[in-house]
Amino acid sequence: MATTASLANPNTFSSTITHRQQPPASISTFNAFTSTKQPSFKTLISHKTPTVIRHASVIAAAAASDSPSSAPATSFHGECYVVRDNIDTDQIIPAEYLTLVPSKPDEYKKLGSYALVGLPESYETRFVETGEYRTKYPIIIAGDNFGCGSSREHAPVALGAAGAVAVVAESYARIFFRNSVATGEIYPLESEVRVCDECKTGDVVTIELEKSVLINHTTGKQYALKPIGDAGPVIEAGGIFAYARKAGMIPA
Amino acid sequence: MATSSFISTRLSSGPSIHTPISKKNKLSTKIMAVMTPQTSDRKPSTTGSVKTGMTMTEKIFARASERTQLSPGENVWVNVDVFMTHDICGPGVIGVFKREFGDDAKVWDREKVVIIPDHYIFTSDERANRNVDIIRDFSNEQNIKYFYDITDRGDFKANPDYKGVCHIALAQEGHCRPGEILVGTDSHTCTAGAFGQFATGIGNTDAGFVLGTGKILLKVPPTLRFVLDGEMPDYLLAKDLILHIIGEISVSGATYKAMEFVGTTIETLSMEERMTLCNMVIEAGGKNGIVPADATTFKYLEDKTSVSYEPVYSDAQAGYVAEYRIDVTKLEPLVAKPHSPDNRGLARECKDIKLDRVYIGSCTGGKTEDFLAAAKLLLASGDKVKVPTYIVPATQKVWMDLYTLPVPGSGGKTCWQIFEQAGCNSPNSPSCGACMGGPLDTYARMNEPQVCLSTTNRNFPGRMGHKEGQIYLASPYTAAASALTGFVTDPRDFLH
Repeated sequence: MATTASLANPNTFSSTITHRQQPPASISTFNAFTSTKQPSFKTLISHKTPTVIRHASVIAAAAASDSPSSAPATSFHGECYVVRDNIDTDQIIPAEYLTLVPSKPDEYKKLGSYALVGLPESYETRFVETGEYRTKYPIIIAGDNFGCGSSREHAPVALGAAGAVAVVAESYARIFFRNSVATGEIYPLESEVRVCDECKTGDVVTIELEKSVLINHTTGKQYALKPIGDAGPVIEAGGIFAYARKAGMIPA
Repeated sequence: MATSSFISTRLSSGPSIHTPISKKNKLSTKIMAVMTPQTSDRKPSTTGSVKTGMTMTEKIFARASERTQLSPGENVWVNVDVFMTHDICGPGVIGVFKREFGDDAKVWDREKVVIIPDHYIFTSDERANRNVDIIRDFSNEQNIKYFYDITDRGDFKANPDYKGVCHIALAQEGHCRPGEILVGTDSHTCTAGAFGQFATGIGNTDAGFVLGTGKILLKVPPTLRFVLDGEMPDYLLAKDLILHIIGEISVSGATYKAMEFVGTTIETLSMEERMTLCNMVIEAGGKNGIVPADATTFKYLEDKTSVSYEPVYSDAQAGYVAEYRIDVTKLEPLVAKPHSPDNRGLARECKDIKLDRVYIGSCTGGKTEDFLAAAKLLLASGDKVKVPTYIVPATQKVWMDLYTLPVPGSGGKTCWQIFEQAGCNSPNSPSCGACMGGPLDTYARMNEPQVCLSTTNRNFPGRMGHKEGQIYLASPYTAAASALTGFVTDPRDFLH
């Protein structure tokens, strides 16, 4: 699959994610795929194919300008960033940065630069390097109760803005989980075991969403994930609004 | 304004008041799991007339989704009664609302939206100030009935509409009512559960959806029941009760669940104490906290709202995930040690912890009764504080109370007089203050790696500013006692 070939090279993947987060100027939303005004969006979603990923379809879009037509992939690949238990939203995005308004594109981008900057100094590697807006780690691996604390939606937004595509945690705090799904910013995936004890920051991993599996290429180990379930179609659609339009709950 | 006739109608026709199971005197702090046995093989959904018992949270969901029956785990669309936002999330919510519903869209009900600037108000941070302008412009454009504006940051008293901390303002302005659904863009929205309603925090996107439709998709939470019995010792406050519970079940012990507080002790708590209890439900991961409405609730609401409400109560045969029975007479003053609200410790066992400062404020510990409690302890001691002690009232009303209400047993002294005599800092402008750090020029923000004991709600790394700061969470009694010694101190050292 063409998409798999591009995924094999993490650098290509990162640059594709850059593309996802910078929507064409013609679209007023910060997420290119929440708008259902593009008729081509509908053709991407096939209910027969489980969990079509808009991220992967953006990979196709990068190659084929504005009309994604390649078969969508269902995996994420890249280096992972490992954190521990109870990472609260103050650590994900400290309160002093909450003056940034996520719905303003330039401030959205700035939020990305501060993602996980609240982690204590014991985390020697920064999630986003000083002076950068993007992370080199598209996948975060965490322990229990990821995203606890404040309800700030800036938390999943900052992670998504920085270029994270998925978190694999042992468990989530509910408001963070809900915000991740509502915004469609990241996939909040759950592992069956404590993956954070067996992975190190910088390990190269792949998430196969369809098979609900996490593969650590550096250690050679595989881990089962809990299926994303009902949250999948919402994130896949681009968040709760796009999903509600698709489902006819609100007028398109 | 409510008239008394409305109250008598409410009570006479009233719903069956939930009577707690009668208590024996000595109850252990044993944790028991109680599941009511299924009484019928027929599932409720198959026969419309068969009803199984529901908890009060489930009943609120049922009414709000126009169903007669539902169970935990079901996803339902509920009608929202009140939606609240403030200055740091408001602009984001407005952005989502306009993007999704159109620039000319109108909010679903201009009387059900309450917009309360309270977080980053007294700062020179330009973006923070701009954010207040954004919510003002929107409130004007939408003719929002309840927008508690502030335009003169130099003198909060010059702003007659300005209230302060949103959760306390919601209560004081009569927006919290039994049986209703309240959602807000703040995790401590759960505070309002003290009024026997369902109240929870949501993010900007969910909030944008609510603004446009007045509805939200929620999963019905199962309920954890906390039965608190015994006469409340005079050295304990609701803060100690909730710190005990969080320490018991951990920061994820109530994730996705409702926390229902009942029992003889709960019945004796004032509304503000019940608010403190429900406020920190989120620190255990809880979806909502809830206390059954009673005479205390109705009395509080008498002069605050004219909107009619209908309280609900858990059925005797309602099902709970677990029941915890707590004998409060066995509890001691507690702290939550750095860096987690569930890192419970006895205040008396932390007496060697030297403090650099004490902070009394926030929705958790900056209400009138919190200051009355602190003042009572300082008065009992007669000494001066040994460390900088910051006083940040939650709202304008609380501020006024500090300067006007006599502290019981003081011979007519006000809280402020007692604070001043004890050497505390002057009360600062009402807002969320330094509870969450905030912009760098926020009053009492911890900009150095110090040790602080505070009446606030979280102590994760960096919460009040500096990443290496150490925060001990405690009750106003414990805060006052600790200020007097400069070390973490059990309030019994001064109260007896």
